[in-house]
Amino acid sequence: MTRIDLTGLDTRPAQVWGGVRLVPLVRAEPVPGLRLSREVYEAADGRVDVGDGTVYTSYVPHGFVADWSGAGREEAAYGTRLGDAPPAGVPVRAPHRRLARRVRGERRLRFLPLHLALEGYLSLHFGGPSVLWEEWSRAALRRGLSPRAEAAYAGWEVPGLAEALRVFELHPGQCGVLVYTADALAAAFVVPHPEDYRLLHPTLVEDLYGELVHQYAYYGGPVPEFTARIRDGAGGIRDLADLRAAAREQERRWAVAHDGLMARDLLDTPYAFERAYRMGSFALYRFLPPFARDGRGQHIGELITDHKGRTAYLKTFRLSDAQVRRGYLLRRLASCDWHPGRTAEALGIAREELVRRIRAAGFGALLDAHGLAQAARNAREG
Amino acid sequence: MSELVAAEDVLLFVNAAVTATGQREFRSSAAEQQLSLAFLHEYVRVNYRPLYAACLALDINDHNAALVVEQLLRTPGEAGDGEGRLVAARLARMAPQRVYRLFRRLRQAGVNNRRTRAIVREWLAARPDPALDAVKYRPGVKAALRHAHVPAADAETGDFLFAPGRRVRYAHPTLEAYRRAHYEESALYGLPFSVAEGFAARHGVGREAFLERIAPRMTRLERLRTDRAAGTARTAGDLAGMPLTRLALSVLALPFAERAARREELTGALRAAARRAAGPHAGGWGRVAAVLDDSFSSSGSAVKRRRPLAVALGCHFLLEALAAPGAYTGLWTSGGTDPLLVRPYGPTPLGLRILDALDGGPDRLVIVSDGWDNAPPGLAGEVLRVWRSRLDPGRRTAAVHVNPVYDAGVFDVRRLGPSVPAVGIRDAEDLPALVEIAGFAEGRTGLTELRAYLDRRVADLLAAHEKGRTA
Repeated sequence: MTRIDLTGLDTRPAQVWGGVRLVPLVRAEPVPGLRLSREVYEAADGRVDVGDGTVYTSYVPHGFVADWSGAGREEAAYGTRLGDAPPAGVPVRAPHRRLARRVRGERRLRFLPLHLALEGYLSLHFGGPSVLWEEWSRAALRRGLSPRAEAAYAGWEVPGLAEALRVFELHPGQCGVLVYTADALAAAFVVPHPEDYRLLHPTLVEDLYGELVHQYAYYGGPVPEFTARIRDGAGGIRDLADLRAAAREQERRWAVAHDGLMARDLLDTPYAFERAYRMGSFALYRFLPPFARDGRGQHIGELITDHKGRTAYLKTFRLSDAQVRRGYLLRRLASCDWHPGRTAEALGIAREELVRRIRAAGFGALLDAHGLAQAARNAREG
Repeated sequence: MSELVAAEDVLLFVNAAVTATGQREFRSSAAEQQLSLAFLHEYVRVNYRPLYAACLALDINDHNAALVVEQLLRTPGEAGDGEGRLVAARLARMAPQRVYRLFRRLRQAGVNNRRTRAIVREWLAARPDPALDAVKYRPGVKAALRHAHVPAADAETGDFLFAPGRRVRYAHPTLEAYRRAHYEESALYGLPFSVAEGFAARHGVGREAFLERIAPRMTRLERLRTDRAAGTARTAGDLAGMPLTRLALSVLALPFAERAARREELTGALRAAARRAAGPHAGGWGRVAAVLDDSFSSSGSAVKRRRPLAVALGCHFLLEALAAPGAYTGLWTSGGTDPLLVRPYGPTPLGLRILDALDGGPDRLVIVSDGWDNAPPGLAGEVLRVWRSRLDPGRRTAAVHVNPVYDAGVFDVRRLGPSVPAVGIRDAEDLPALVEIAGFAEGRTGLTELRAYLDRRVADLLAAHEKGRTA
């Protein structure tokens, strides 16, 4: 599996609010056997005392619960089940313990949206250099890339997104949405069942968005609305049936234009999938982009597929250019055993240029100035 | 050319003045609405003063009527003939609490010209029971009397307002009840509801017992509000006399199960109200097709809950009454077929629904929508344009778009396209009058006709006012 497969999801006309464009995705039939629901954690701020005076604080807005407890039980969504009366909130004592967690004996899986994907991205070559080259400092070899941190924005900090989600009109059968800011794909969100979507739609404002999304929404102006145009040249339309056909054609043309043009980056890019969990005939994956520097939008994300590989659940996070650059650099360094000289050669650039790039990517602290000078001298004399 | 612009500007203002109330709408905030409205009022007043004043004779809402009066009185230097009489006639039709609020605003703004004082004096003199006003709107009455240098209607009311400690006993029953209500529980049932409510709380009277005993003193609206708060079901008798849009609102406030259980009764009440609203027009509109918007945005806002949907529901029954018997088709954008069970949900595929409506070849097409056509956007306008230019150039079918929501961004109600006139609507029962205005909005009649129409409405208003005063 290398690509995201959105078979079974049809595009409907977008709704525009300022710089935000929301494209609804509609399923003719819900995915059987899987339901998603939201879980609200009571202890919103998880505080963990590390012991040396440091306190680790994390904010956990909500988690998702995937339920595959029986094929055909469409009413099994957590929180809406009758008779069972589940608790409204489940307190989390250690929010950072495991990001996909199955409760013993239950056919339900809890996970925090996007944290799997972020974990995947942040742990990319987290260990740092694997071979002791003299250019790397002792700290880099001992502790690796630390601390692991990426900036993200909550949905309500993205200008206009909250309002756009509020005035958005859900389609019947809608199971997903593609969020664009300044017409760049910011996030994709797909769930198995329309009822789930209706309940989870408001959670989009609590989710994480990359800094690029925030910047685009902040600096980008209003985006133009796609508007229908019916061509009525000589003799084109003679009666109401012709007019109806032309109107239908407008709907279809939008869907084609969108899938081929706007969502192309998401659908065409090959991704590296890693299975995080298997549940019945479904599998929970996280994926990383190729970190290709071709100007395409790069997403990390997580996905649940059914036995045919079709998407039942999808959530993506758009990386900024700086994040893509970091990922690319780490990939290339790792493929050359972290040797700066060979990496520079593989990239076709000078060694000094590579060092500059490492510094620019924010990994400058990992380099050993003394070692660099030594290596440069060796290379000159060598 | 300038004539055409003038006519358009005035119609734009009428649309705004009918729909906008300065409150929050689904898509714009209260502040945006007020800012937009304030600009529009000033623009029209400065450029088309006589027409601006004449708008008072139209069915613009009271919020805007009060704004118009305020603007007119603030700028006496530009006043034209007969403005004062128009203002007086409109004020006589407005709810007293609004008028008192307007007087207070004039006082804050320091507007105290001779004309303003005369208008305040005349309006106060026409109040049927000054003592009741003094009890019910005490600060407002005091402010108005002081501001216009008018003595109180009689010595007792004067003392009540300005020297409350002077008398030990009042001859007027309401004033006397107010005095006694301070220490005697039974006296508060002689007071207006809103005043008695405060005393009841002070005496610790149970809400239910209080509501039961005060019932005869309540106005119809007060009864409706307390019923809704208490969750008690209204009986058939209460529903019978209600105006159409208000009735539609109360129907939509009921849960689905109750609407289904009381289907006969509710439908009957809505039909009866629609027949009353249709009046002489009933059955005279031939074959009518309507496209009614029940998309998510028709849920309105917290302050105007379900208003657009209620207008659509009201229009559904009104159009049924206006159409020739059995010649009405109402199409909801959601595809639903049961008007009694409508709910605001889903997108707005207006374009395709309009095509469905045109299929039957109606004499009239009425679209009730907030103008946000989003599945796909702009298709409704395109369908109407092509249909007008290619399929119905002879205008066999009259089309009109009525819009219950003011769009602060465009200073008007949102249009579907230039090929169909859009008019603002606040109450479904105004529909026949609005369709008349839509004729001007189509641009086929100019300023002269519009002026004649306004003159006629002004004459009607003044005549009705004169009749009311002499009677």
